[in-house]
Amino acid sequence: MKVNRRSFLKLTAATAVSSAFCGLGFAPEAQAADRIAMLEPKWSKQTTSICCYCAVGCGLIVNTDLKTKRAINVEGDPDHPINEGATCAKGASIWQLAENDERPKRPLYRAPYSSEWKEVSWEWALGEIAKRVKKTRDASFTEKNAKGQTVNRTNGLASVGSAAIDNEECWTYQAMLRALGLVYVEHQARICHSSTVAALAESFGRGAMTNHWNDIANSDCILVMGSNAAENHPISFKWVTKAMEKGAKLISVDPRFTRTSSKADLYCQIRAGSDIAVLGGLIKYILDNDLIQKDYVISHTNAAFIVGDKFTFKDGLFSGYQKNPLDADYVGAYDKAQWAFEKDADGVPKRDETLKHPRCVYNLLKKHYERYTVDKVVSVSGIDKDGLLEFYKLYSATGKPDKAGTIMYAMGWTQHTVGVQYIRTMAMVQLLLGNIGVAGGGVNALRGESNVQGSTDHCLLWHILPGYLATPNAGLKTYREYVDAKTKPHLAGAKDPKSAAWWQNYPKYMASFLKAMYPEASADEAYTWLPKTEDGKTYTWLQLFEAMSKKEFTGFFAWGMNPACGGANAGKNRKAMTNLDWMVNVNIFDNETGSFWRGPGMDPKKIKTEVFFLPCAVSIEKEGSITNSGRWMQWRYKGPVPRGESKTDGHILTELFDSIKALYVKEGGAFPEPIKNLSVDKWKAHGEFNAHEVAKLINGYFLKDVTIKDKTYKKGSLVPSFAMLQDDGSTCSGNWLYCNSYTDAGNMAARRDATQTPEQAKIGLFSNWSWCWPVNRRIIYNRASCDNTGRPYAPQKPVVAWNGEKWIGDVPDGGWAPGTKYAFIMLPNGHGHIFGPGRQDGPFPEHYEPMETPFNAHEFSGQLNNPTALRFAHEALAVADPKYPYVAMTYRVTEHWQTGLMTRHTPWLLECMPQMFVEMSEELAKEKGIQNGEKVMVESIRGSVWAVAIVTKRMHPLKVMGKTIYQIGMPWCFGWQMPHDGSGGDSANLLTPSVGDPNTGIPETKVFVANVRKM
Amino acid sequence: MNGKSFLVDLTRCTACRGCQVACKQWKKLPAEKTTNWGSYQNPKDLSAKTIRLVRFNEAEVDGKLSWLFFPEQCRHCVEAPCATVPTNPKAILHDPDTGAVVYTELTAKEDGEAIRMACPYDIPRVDPETKVVNKCDMCIDRVKAGKLPACVQACPTGTMNFGDREDMLKLAEERLAEAKKKFPEAMLVDPEETRVIYLASAPPANYYEYLEADASGAVPGTLSRKQLLAKLGAPIRSMRS
Repeated sequence: MKVNRRSFLKLTAATAVSSAFCGLGFAPEAQAADRIAMLEPKWSKQTTSICCYCAVGCGLIVNTDLKTKRAINVEGDPDHPINEGATCAKGASIWQLAENDERPKRPLYRAPYSSEWKEVSWEWALGEIAKRVKKTRDASFTEKNAKGQTVNRTNGLASVGSAAIDNEECWTYQAMLRALGLVYVEHQARICHSSTVAALAESFGRGAMTNHWNDIANSDCILVMGSNAAENHPISFKWVTKAMEKGAKLISVDPRFTRTSSKADLYCQIRAGSDIAVLGGLIKYILDNDLIQKDYVISHTNAAFIVGDKFTFKDGLFSGYQKNPLDADYVGAYDKAQWAFEKDADGVPKRDETLKHPRCVYNLLKKHYERYTVDKVVSVSGIDKDGLLEFYKLYSATGKPDKAGTIMYAMGWTQHTVGVQYIRTMAMVQLLLGNIGVAGGGVNALRGESNVQGSTDHCLLWHILPGYLATPNAGLKTYREYVDAKTKPHLAGAKDPKSAAWWQNYPKYMASFLKAMYPEASADEAYTWLPKTEDGKTYTWLQLFEAMSKKEFTGFFAWGMNPACGGANAGKNRKAMTNLDWMVNVNIFDNETGSFWRGPGMDPKKIKTEVFFLPCAVSIEKEGSITNSGRWMQWRYKGPVPRGESKTDGHILTELFDSIKALYVKEGGAFPEPIKNLSVDKWKAHGEFNAHEVAKLINGYFLKDVTIKDKTYKKGSLVPSFAMLQDDGSTCSGNWLYCNSYTDAGNMAARRDATQTPEQAKIGLFSNWSWCWPVNRRIIYNRASCDNTGRPYAPQKPVVAWNGEKWIGDVPDGGWAPGTKYAFIMLPNGHGHIFGPGRQDGPFPEHYEPMETPFNAHEFSGQLNNPTALRFAHEALAVADPKYPYVAMTYRVTEHWQTGLMTRHTPWLLECMPQMFVEMSEELAKEKGIQNGEKVMVESIRGSVWAVAIVTKRMHPLKVMGKTIYQIGMPWCFGWQMPHDGSGGDSANLLTPSVGDPNTGIPETKVFVANVRKM
Repeated sequence: MNGKSFLVDLTRCTACRGCQVACKQWKKLPAEKTTNWGSYQNPKDLSAKTIRLVRFNEAEVDGKLSWLFFPEQCRHCVEAPCATVPTNPKAILHDPDTGAVVYTELTAKEDGEAIRMACPYDIPRVDPETKVVNKCDMCIDRVKAGKLPACVQACPTGTMNFGDREDMLKLAEERLAEAKKKFPEAMLVDPEETRVIYLASAPPANYYEYLEADASGAVPGTLSRKQLLAKLGAPIRSMRS
């Protein structure tokens, strides 16, 4: 019988009941049985790994052919508590990342003025690089600065990278760079979440996501603002969905209706760059309607603290402002001493728990945000008024003690000249509503690279050493001066006996770090070996590329990073690279950075820069740990062997360092001590890099027998926890935060035990799965989830609770009895900072326009932009410029990752998202005569890029301050190098400005102005 | 035992396309050369190399915007019209244990376009080179080995569900009742006729013309299935054969 579509329904209706199958009596499994058979141990080895893309940290199962040693199947790990077997498009494609013919098999070399790559041997490449490193270092090494201070630094070298390498590789890479004397040490963390670290450390004491992925399921209201979690952290939606199943509301606030918005209960469209106005209005709404969680606010925040009378705020400026000369990198700066708290005779801040004092933080907050009226917020942001009020109502309902609201944010908040203050505003909201330290609450910074939390913790950043210890500056001449300066504010805080002021332990962590770097040296000597920065000078990403533009250094490592596409004002970065004498580019694939000399507009014959491309292993080909956004440190195992002659990053950097060291041993050279004495031999087993050895060094071990409270720890045994670290050189620990991760009980990160106590299971803590910092505490500041008697505010989902003798549940954030120590132990005064006096741009967030904006005035003050922003006065910016009328933004898509370097080389992902596009409203398209799917030109004052127009109902023009504002948005995942035929387009960062936040220098790549025209 | 079924709860789909790529990964299907055609959806259509595709559609109803995602695949019809087309009964197999409708390489010897035309959902595609007709096989190799189909395992949100047919039908009713609270128009698409039952939050035609068999454009509640069947003689927009 022939059946067509027409008769289908008729047919099935008639026969469905009588015959379930028309079974043709043939079992078809034979045709595809090989794929299943290949998964058996007889044919393949099974290993677990963690996805190499975003920082959700999904578990993977890798099957590797026993004969070929190549991967045959990579899929989600059903036992893994975060993803439970799920993978997004990227996670599902990892097999193709590894088994990929585009991967160079051997190192490549580009000679000066050459138009092509040449394959070379590892031995030759590493030897030649070592010679260049030594030559450049010796020529540029500075023992003393102009003031005669000892600085022992190498001015001629700079490094970027990498959040894409394992913890053990990050630590050893920073060790190598610091031994070489580099101060220009930067990586992805600077340009993705540096503002998070600064904002959260100021607000709560630590700079990381407060809760973790599974915990999102405990929330009653999930605000997704400044992120697009469904697209960029897709597996997070497993837990968002679980929360919604239980009745949680999902709110999406975004300039564009996204895949996240498609699932939201409430969507509000706003103008990019107006979030502080919107959140400031939320603070006003909470205060006006008295929706704060009062017991929490008084017990756990500084709302009752009294601010000194020098603090003022007038027309957009706080007291103490000083404008800088035009040639300074920052527009201006504040004297923060004017924002200090009023203190008693012991130096402890005065408090008024009645909240009546006119200068207590609570009343100053009220005063500051009284200007943030609903009408003004609507006018500045363009948001729909009814939607705004619904948003305020839904979210502030989580101020009830037993309710929790959470925020999921990412680059949409961090990458602004007011990025730190965006996040501060939400941190303040969460403190007012009692949402920090609780299950289903927190400020959840969604980290976007698989190990960017780890690379941040290990501080591949100019301003910090592993464990967030400050980089020494020239003015701190000795180890003693340094540790005294760093512990001073915490010792002052400790005058209040209820303040734990944990950072008073700083010397123990610094001494142990120095021992991990230089085992044979005293702390004093090792301190002199660390490179020193200039007092008052910053060396952030944007400044690094400015310095490269000015030929201030000539040797450059781009290790697991693609700044030719990933950095703001990418055109400037590409041009700056022509100034280099040499570049070392370590990556899986060739890319726009390594091949900058053959990029658009480049004439290789005129470019001298030598480039060494070193091919590295992919994640499933090596062993080591990575730390996800929720601070889970997870161990990966080696599946296939590194393809071709590629090597793990750990092997590359160790072998390179050995080559450099050999030259210094043989020939001598500038200040060789740190190179000769670095702990490189402790990174190895059987003569080669070994992740376990490094993981142990990061955890730390006793260097002699040490007795602590009647217990003696033998020399060589692993330190069980950072509480046992010593300041006298008897312990080493590469990173005190990771002390407890690899102990005599074993490799904690490798744990795969999903069992939980009933308390843990209630909120999905998974305390026995992997390990998380600090000391396996899954939700930080968790004692703030209880009142001062240790009783949980939300008894139905407690994180910790005092049972009369001890805390049960999660590892408590300080084990003291309730009421004896404040909850925020990393802050000197123990209370969450609603008033944050430590940031460069003010203690309260204030709305300023982005550095590029269609407006030359706004309704909150006469101060147009952040008065302390980072910018280079010689670079023009478009402000209220009719040539660039549209508000533009950049973002990622699910199918690509970062600059697209890895995902554009993965055919399955390129197939999903093949070309650069620009999204715009139907209204704008109509005005410009642009058809959906047509190629258009997008231009900013810095450059232009073609893009396919996606004309969509998901964006609408907004009415902002009386003007119709059109917004456009582009992904930044494309680049000219791949696809090879150029059909993909180029990076949206050719358009973005080199302007940054004053606290961290994070570039403002999420909002600028542009024009669109037909081609 | 009444075989296997999928429940595809579209109210939960975020279009992460994990399923689309996981399908290619398991089967090692090659990528196609695509271009952006003004949509996130790519490849633009199913093919012999892309047997599973997440379709994207923006629908504005009463001023409220929905971005609807439809992971499209073979429905493994309870009575498969396509299986009636080939002259060789071994070209299209109907697995008795699972109910999977499985195409073999013998489809190359058949009229592939006729097989496609017979499908009420326009799923099968002829490989232009080999002439083999391809579509989803329910990952029958995985299912027989006790594993979930690759697409179901990859799904993070509970959109894709797979199991014994009775369990899936039960889950479908539960999810439907839940979905109706938020989406009064929510409906199950062809639950009796297929083994891939979609729970749609909006009229199926808002997703894609072939989400529902022969009945796109019909609004649930206005026509009963019986009335609908009675109308089948009349020309229907989505009909191509």
